[in-house]
Amino acid sequence: MLAAAEAGQSALLIAPTGGGKTLAGFLPSLIQLHRDNRPGLHTLYISPLKALAVDIARNLTLPAQEMGLDLRIETRTGDTPANRRARQRADPPQILLTTPESLTLLLSLPDAAEMFGGLRCVVIDEIHALAGTKRGDQLALCLSRLSSLAPEMRRVGLSATVAHPQALAAWCARDADAGSVRLVRAKGGSAPAISTLLPAGRLPWGGHMGLASMPDVYERLKEAGVTIVFVNTRAQSEMVFQALWRLNDDNLPIALHHGSLTVEQRRKVEAAMADGRLRAVVATASLDLGIDWGAVDQVIQVGAPKGVARLLQRVGRANHRMDEASRAILVPANRFEVIECRAAIEAVAAGEVDGEPPRPGGLDVLAQHILAMACHAPFHPDDLFAEVRGAAAYAGLTRRDFDDTLRFVEDGGYALSGYERFRRLFRDSEGMVHVRGAQVARQLRMNLGTIVDTPALKVRMRGGPVLGEVEEWFVSTLQPGDNFIFAGQVLRYERLDPTAVIVSRGGEGEPRVPAYAGSKLPLSTHLAMRVRGILADPAQWRSLPQAVRDWLAMQRLRSELPPLEGLLVEVFPRGNRFFLVAYCFEGRLAHQTLGMLVTKRMERLGLGPLGFLGTDYVLAVWSAFEPTDVEHLFEEDLLGEELEEWVAESSILRRTFRNIATIAGLLEKKHPGQEKSGRQMTMNADLIYDVLRKHEPDHILLRATRAEAAGGLTDVARIATLLARAQGRIRLRRLEKVSPLAVPALIEEGREWVSGTAEDALLAEAVALVDEATEGEESFTGEVGDETGHPPPPEHPLRTSRSMAFARRRPRR
Amino acid sequence: MISAPFHLAGERLLLDPAGALFWPARQLLAVSDLHLEKGSHFAARGRFVPPYDTRETLARLQPLLRRYSPERIVFLGDSFHDTGGPARMHATDRSTLMHLLGNRLVTWVLGNHDPAAPDGLPGEAVEEFHEGPFIFRHQGVPGREAGFELSGHFHPKASLPTRCGPVTRPCFLADARRVMLPAFGAYTGGLEITSQPIAALFPRGGRAFLLGRDRLYSAAVGPMKHLASAATRMADASLQVS
Repeated sequence: MLAAAEAGQSALLIAPTGGGKTLAGFLPSLIQLHRDNRPGLHTLYISPLKALAVDIARNLTLPAQEMGLDLRIETRTGDTPANRRARQRADPPQILLTTPESLTLLLSLPDAAEMFGGLRCVVIDEIHALAGTKRGDQLALCLSRLSSLAPEMRRVGLSATVAHPQALAAWCARDADAGSVRLVRAKGGSAPAISTLLPAGRLPWGGHMGLASMPDVYERLKEAGVTIVFVNTRAQSEMVFQALWRLNDDNLPIALHHGSLTVEQRRKVEAAMADGRLRAVVATASLDLGIDWGAVDQVIQVGAPKGVARLLQRVGRANHRMDEASRAILVPANRFEVIECRAAIEAVAAGEVDGEPPRPGGLDVLAQHILAMACHAPFHPDDLFAEVRGAAAYAGLTRRDFDDTLRFVEDGGYALSGYERFRRLFRDSEGMVHVRGAQVARQLRMNLGTIVDTPALKVRMRGGPVLGEVEEWFVSTLQPGDNFIFAGQVLRYERLDPTAVIVSRGGEGEPRVPAYAGSKLPLSTHLAMRVRGILADPAQWRSLPQAVRDWLAMQRLRSELPPLEGLLVEVFPRGNRFFLVAYCFEGRLAHQTLGMLVTKRMERLGLGPLGFLGTDYVLAVWSAFEPTDVEHLFEEDLLGEELEEWVAESSILRRTFRNIATIAGLLEKKHPGQEKSGRQMTMNADLIYDVLRKHEPDHILLRATRAEAAGGLTDVARIATLLARAQGRIRLRRLEKVSPLAVPALIEEGREWVSGTAEDALLAEAVALVDEATEGEESFTGEVGDETGHPPPPEHPLRTSRSMAFARRRPRR
Repeated sequence: MISAPFHLAGERLLLDPAGALFWPARQLLAVSDLHLEKGSHFAARGRFVPPYDTRETLARLQPLLRRYSPERIVFLGDSFHDTGGPARMHATDRSTLMHLLGNRLVTWVLGNHDPAAPDGLPGEAVEEFHEGPFIFRHQGVPGREAGFELSGHFHPKASLPTRCGPVTRPCFLADARRVMLPAFGAYTGGLEITSQPIAALFPRGGRAFLLGRDRLYSAAVGPMKHLASAATRMADASLQVS
């Protein structure tokens, strides 16, 4: 690292979690400042987490003092008070620690050139967590700008172990030149000690919560000093937290941490953890990154880890010291997860890491960046284009996409004229682009950032504090009086007021748990391959528990094991329907997309598909008639027009469009506190999407939406790989009854996705059912509980079903 | 397209799956809440939402006019998103609209978004329009004194439970005294019929007709008195249909 610094070279330091990476990144700067302590900004540090920036600032002050350096080390985040911000601009500290969002804001200011002109070094922490995300895109564009403002500046990236170090080096590099970055790999510390914990008694066939293992998990908590219990979803965190507290006879201080709790609540938990006041915290990905607590003795992962890189990241949260092994325990929730955990442990032992190389940058982020740059100073499009392409994430950007994005920022860039008079930017006679008016900068600041929240409602205790947020659709399924678990307690739904869901402390009845859309990470390709490898090779079963071995042996007897190559498909009757189970192992997202495509084809073939379900491991489809010609159902041409048509209609694309439109500045971002103003200008992204798709399907925002969906959201690439693998190698087994391996899928909760066209069929069916039940009676009928004081006479047993219970609000779209 | 007959005050009305109401006896077509030029309204404030909403809304109106050949069109208010709307209209859209109106009788019922007659467009602008037994007004009036009422304003939508979870659509909502029309505009969102302001107009429930691709899906709605009486102060605050 020092050698790279002496040579003025950029560097990427790859080291396992812990091991003083951050300090190593700063050391060259401290030495340089020791030699020549001149005023002005010398080193900029960027972290994905505000808390991390604050923590590092604290940890850096001490070594700087020990070196006898008189340095100003300051943070700048959204929390920095206005007077300090102003001072930082007029007289910047030598070392400034910040986040990608705050950096964008600083670069949009007119005096950015003065502030950053003398910058010598930028340190990017946890770069693996940023590259390939939208926040990463934003940062990449900012780095390009910094290099223009300060040509002498070198870049230092700090990363955990990754699967594609060269791609990450290019991401980190100026002009995407990986060769210009010195790759420094720290020697791995002790290998982590990972074990598996199975529940006492019967091993569950299905389920993902892992609650059966909680007594054993609790015992482990008692034995260790401090434990982080990682889970995969927020719903699971609530369930696990409840289960642990039910067992908590010793009153261990156990806390809860997930992304839907209020920031204050999360900070409180983090502070308690840092002070050593907690014995355990149940956490989701919200704690994957974070400040170094040092004293964490063990990490327990409940539920399968889904990816090796993620597992390593989590395991690394225990014992941040190079010389001691991190201790981790995996708690599989069902039989398949036992195998997945085994596969993950083997991958860690083999030193393999999974993950995709960073994807190309998004045009929505570019749109925001262009506006920010225009707010800073007038620019020439040629210059900005060159600068943007200097970021690896945008190295492949075409001039057409750039120009269209610029036009979008100017006036929407629509083929239909009319918005010219509302332009936000204008060009002078030399082709320089200027912003029009100060309100443009105000609007930019309101819209800055790439994190778009799903429509959520605050949860507020009646006459008390806000506890956090739940998604709108979950609230829509609640009736006053219903109980649900949130923020670690049972709450009773009272009413919805304009700003929040009002709750009181819980009452009677089985509470529900809010689920959050898209919060599940699909099984990684790498782990899936290892799982298939274990299944196909009985020699590897020895390390598996007896129950799992018996299960697999029974599968071999009754059907066959999924092959490493090719695709096993089982067809069997059950009830009045036929089931088709395909052992694809491509992850939940891919299976859901595939399920829609396969059922569409079955519909055309007259097989009467009734529904389907995708787990991380298999796709199950049920139909009225016995599926014939199974090869045809999995042919590669499945990914043709049908896919495009379906994807365009799918809720995934709609959600993608909403995010893109918000980041690009088409829709207003929601701001905390803003709801209080009551009637706000809201615009439904779905309606915009439908109109734009019809009238200008080639608009830049739709192109960006499609590109993003193709690049991973629908996991189309994984379906393509699967179909190619299956061609001519489908192992079809017609069985008399369900096979052992198919059981977990058949007892899995979930439901098929429904596209726009299918919705009409469902409505017709629902209405027809009611007509049938009421013999078409058209009169307006009352419901049980009618407040007029005329209870329905008991001789009308059908009375309740005549009037359909209306859902209070819809969950999707 | 199959429209659903609905009888109100002894008159036969047709509810069209496109979201319009036709009264055959008077050759009258009613549509509500077009919110024309909502796109350009946002664009003027720096949010460049696609400018095709007026075009799209008019394109939806066209087949209805061809199908029913009404002598009179009644716009039930909020026809333009704001009073500046008519002036911002694209020349093409304006001529499409003029062509659609033709030499029919045109009634612009005034709404909260468009409290004045649209500039330069034919037809009369009124607060309320009385015809036969009916009163056409933008926002429904609670109670019996409202008369037999046809109104809009609230953009009603309803969710029906189905095998695969609830499906939500804009809808007509009707009882023995009134029909509330769904919003017709391309950029108009919806308000659940179980929300307080709508429930207040239908305390005894009624019947919802959800818009479908080529038919309506109707379902009875139970009494909503408890919803109507609760938290009246929310009446305006929860109305985010703009």
